[in-house]
Amino acid sequence: MLPTPPMPASDATVPVLRHGRMAMAFHWLLAVMLTLSFSVGLYMTDLPFSMMRLRLFNWHKWAGVTILLLSAFRLFWRLAHRPPPLGARIEAAMPGWQRWAHQSTLGAMYVLFIVVPLMGWASTSARGYPIVWFGVWPLPDFVPVDRGLADHLFTPLHRAGAFLLAGLVLLHMTAVLKHHFIDHDGLLARMWPAPRKKEIP
Amino acid sequence: MRFAVSRQMMFRAVAAAWLAFTMMAPAQAEAPAKLLPAQSQIVFTSKQMGVPVEGRFTRFDAQVAFDPRKPEGGTVALQIDIGSATLGVPMSDAELPKPPWFDTARFPTAKFGAAGIKSLGDGRFEVVGTLTLKGHAQPLTVPVNIAQTGGQSVATGSFVLQRLSFQVGDGEWTDTSVVANDVQVRFKLFFTGLGPL
Repeated sequence: MLPTPPMPASDATVPVLRHGRMAMAFHWLLAVMLTLSFSVGLYMTDLPFSMMRLRLFNWHKWAGVTILLLSAFRLFWRLAHRPPPLGARIEAAMPGWQRWAHQSTLGAMYVLFIVVPLMGWASTSARGYPIVWFGVWPLPDFVPVDRGLADHLFTPLHRAGAFLLAGLVLLHMTAVLKHHFIDHDGLLARMWPAPRKKEIP
Repeated sequence: MRFAVSRQMMFRAVAAAWLAFTMMAPAQAEAPAKLLPAQSQIVFTSKQMGVPVEGRFTRFDAQVAFDPRKPEGGTVALQIDIGSATLGVPMSDAELPKPPWFDTARFPTAKFGAAGIKSLGDGRFEVVGTLTLKGHAQPLTVPVNIAQTGGQSVATGSFVLQRLSFQVGDGEWTDTSVVANDVQVRFKLFFTGLGPL
């Protein structure tokens, strides 16, 4: 009679597979930049003509281009580096529709990381204000100067995309909290930038 | 003797006619040219945090009277209706007439008057004069290129001036890291009645 394989003493000792350092750096840097940029975007549009308005609009545009570049690098990085599998414990806490929702949310967020900045860029170009990145590097315009195009297409798309992305970020955070506080499956540790312990041999 | 007198008289008459002609000739060349405002433009470009922002004056007038072949004694005067300034954006246009910027209520007109015109050849001229904007008079040298086709003359040129020398953008706006001090001015003025180059 074969001995039964030893069961783990406790679920908590099963290490959760964590994302790589680069994936974490992209995730947290962009989390901060997107939050700040979205907040500034919300605040600045209602400001009256002032120094602060001019400054915030330009900072928002510079941040947007930076987010676009970082997101493009992040997408290439993600395509070249598969994230570690969720593992049996986390997957056990997810019915089929949640796994589908998880994949769709991440996919849609990646699309919006690229599309929202691009629509913002198009919007300012169409208004006749090209972006000069950090006040130094003039960026090309990829749309003609046409205020109607900005008012009726690019700005509404930029705005709707930003709100959709904010909604998806909230959904993403809600799911993480559900795994952390309800399922206790250690999902948060996958992306938590804790110092890496030496593997116990 | 009679013959000699009539010769002298004739000589005098010819001399008088020649003198009158030579005096009239420059006077004819310096008849004032007429500005064609519809085609003409005065554009100014400032930089906001590195981004070029273009504006224009839509109402101005000019009196130009000089002989392009002998410009030294000529006159050039320009008046710009400051209230006609526009950046093409209602929010910015509402700010321009306010005291920190053009203070249009107190200073409705900017003026340029030439003190000397120098020909540099090939239709290029240097106009030295005084620009009075927002109550500040500053010396200004303007390079002008003149091209002529079918009785029309087009004077083009551009120069850079410092807005703070005229207190344009006062108070917090003196911070040149947001709105640069240098403002590029470009003009294209159409005239009829200017003498040939």
